[in-house]
Amino acid sequence: MFDTPHSAIDERLSDTKIAAKKVQVFYGDTHAIKDVDINIQPRSVTAFIGPSGCGKSTFLRCLNRMNDTIDICRVEGEITIDGEDIYDPKVDPVQLRAKVGMVFQKPNPFPKSIYDNIAYGPRIHGLAKNKAELDEIVSSSLQKAGLWNEAKDRLDEPGTGLSGGQQQRLCIARAIAVNPEVILMDEPCSALDPIATAKVEELIDELRTNYTIVIVTHSMQQAARVSQRTAFFHLGILVEEGLTQDIFTNPQDKRTQDYITGRFG
Amino acid sequence: MTDITSEDSRKALCNPTTEAVRNSLSRRNRKQVLLQSFGIAAILFAMGMLFILLGSIISSGYHAFTQTHIQLEVYVDPEEIPADGLPRGGFNDVLAAAMAVHFPGIDLADRVAKRELTSILSNGAQFILRDKVVSDPSLIGQTISLSVPASDPYDQLNKGLVERDTPEQFRRIDDAAIARFDRLKELGMVSAPLNTALITNADSRFPELAGLKGALVGSFWALLVCFLISFPLGIGAAIYLEEFAPKNRYSDLIEININNLAAVPSVVFGLLALAVFIGWFGLPRSAPFVGGLTLALMTMPTIIIATRAALKAVPPSIREAALGVGASKHQVVFGHVLPLAMPGILTGTIIGLAQALGETAPLLLIGMNAFITSAATSPFDSATALPTQIFIWADSPERGFVSRTSAAILVLLMFLVTMNAVAIFLRSKFERKW
Ligand SMILES: Nc1ncnc2c1ncn2[C@@H]1O[C@H](COP(=O)(O)OP(=O)(O)O)[C@@H](O)[C@H]1O
Ligand SMILES: [Mg+2]
Repeated sequence: MFDTPHSAIDERLSDTKIAAKKVQVFYGDTHAIKDVDINIQPRSVTAFIGPSGCGKSTFLRCLNRMNDTIDICRVEGEITIDGEDIYDPKVDPVQLRAKVGMVFQKPNPFPKSIYDNIAYGPRIHGLAKNKAELDEIVSSSLQKAGLWNEAKDRLDEPGTGLSGGQQQRLCIARAIAVNPEVILMDEPCSALDPIATAKVEELIDELRTNYTIVIVTHSMQQAARVSQRTAFFHLGILVEEGLTQDIFTNPQDKRTQDYITGRFG
Repeated sequence: MTDITSEDSRKALCNPTTEAVRNSLSRRNRKQVLLQSFGIAAILFAMGMLFILLGSIISSGYHAFTQTHIQLEVYVDPEEIPADGLPRGGFNDVLAAAMAVHFPGIDLADRVAKRELTSILSNGAQFILRDKVVSDPSLIGQTISLSVPASDPYDQLNKGLVERDTPEQFRRIDDAAIARFDRLKELGMVSAPLNTALITNADSRFPELAGLKGALVGSFWALLVCFLISFPLGIGAAIYLEEFAPKNRYSDLIEININNLAAVPSVVFGLLALAVFIGWFGLPRSAPFVGGLTLALMTMPTIIIATRAALKAVPPSIREAALGVGASKHQVVFGHVLPLAMPGILTGTIIGLAQALGETAPLLLIGMNAFITSAATSPFDSATALPTQIFIWADSPERGFVSRTSAAILVLLMFLVTMNAVAIFLRSKFERKW
């Protein structure tokens, strides 16, 4: 179940990719995230679990400032990536989002060709000097997302014509194409069938060697399968965070224990 | 045993809810039937009215789609029409001579008899002949075959719109005139071809010569100006309001005002245009350019509202997807949202333009109901538009304009139906299921 050797994880404990300190999020008067402190480690998968409405998505969307697009949303506290405050006025959210990619709950390919779906990000950021380079980015992104074999002969067909699971992997390829360091995934498998889910989970496990991945999931089995660390949220509070196997086998908090044994949620 | 079961089932039936439902059931069903029949009656009434309307327009309008013509063998007499300097009266005399061939008893020196004879021909016949001769002077001295329109009273007669049983004094043409026309008919000189003049001629005082070209061209210029102004401005305003403007009291106020603007009676826009465009800016009266500006004022709210609805209908997941890979706000709007909203925007625009095409009152106020006998060559020339042309013709006393008014209405309706069909086609073709 936990295929990463213990020592390897311990080794990485010292370095931190994303650090959040005393983060508060408000939607108007609703206090959705309260005093969250968390350190997220590079090149590993961190899972956010918790009952629905507890603020997992809200907190995840703070990490690439997606909440900026919601008028009534206000974020306080400090979030740093590689030691740099992402809410600093000097930081442009556009630049941040190129570095912190996102995959959404419902697969949302653009109603364009598969090629254009992936080429869109590199194009707007000017990552390719010519067509050959762009082709290279598209094919390598599809390969990394494990979609190359299925898609290579139909790059001109609309992305919306793929199956749900393929669409979600296309969205992952699209995120990879701009060469991010962090990939945020908000319940990426909740709209997929079990076989497609297994493929995406396998993919997440592969991507972990190159990317820092934060995944929100409502499935505890999924958290256990793909993540090295797990954070449990409850009513906007980060209740407990630690190695996934510790959270699942030996939770310290009563609420965590109740949740993973299925007493609420 | 049986007693008990029947007792039980009776009890079940007497359950108070069942009882209440059963009591009210027939009343409820009656209500439903009543409501349905009321709805059907309303639809039948509306359809009936539509049929009557269309029926009356078509039954009077179809007469205008043909025009009675007289076929003449005209000797272009060099005595009457010398090659140098074309005389005014000469052409009429040549035509009269061509007619008189078939009426040996008529003396062309008798001016009344001559006028009676040539009154069968349209007043425009001499100009048709002149244009022919001017474009080809070698015709002088030859006999040419010429088909010219008959004048309105004889056109009416030929179409059976003049009752021959009516006592002579109540008719526009007397028995002798009818006899002369019947003689031409016997000679096979009367035909009723398709009335192409209805499209190729501009307005005229003579119904048989009057056409819609001026109105069509005027409407075209006005709609073009209307489109070029209202489309970019409307879309720009809608994008700003929907995507960029902060949501506060001021944007609410603007929204309310735009919605109200769409409901302002069109005559008010006409008054505004008269005061501002013609009064202050000194733009020419009767010009399609001013008409287009006025119509743009009316069309813009429609386009803004349609565009905002189309932008709203683009699912947030597409915006999130683009933002998620680092697109900036304007890249999201212009690269994704706007293209996806385009079919809806175009549909709204076409419907707005169709409304503008049929709009009459504001054009009357800026003088687009003038009597103009040539088609505009630029949007600054005086012109009429389709609806104002209908208005002018409906107001004209000549009998021939009755059917021409209906025919013009049919032409206008055809354009409106076509535009709406295009809008429906666009909507169904590009409709997306997300
Ligand atoms: N756009 C929004 N506007 C207002 N309240 C919101 C919005 N999004 C989420 N919330 C509120 O914030 C809380 C956390 O929501 P969310 O982060 O979506 O929970 P989760 O992803 O854990 O199910 C909920 O109470 C929800 O109602
Ligand atoms: Mg969520």
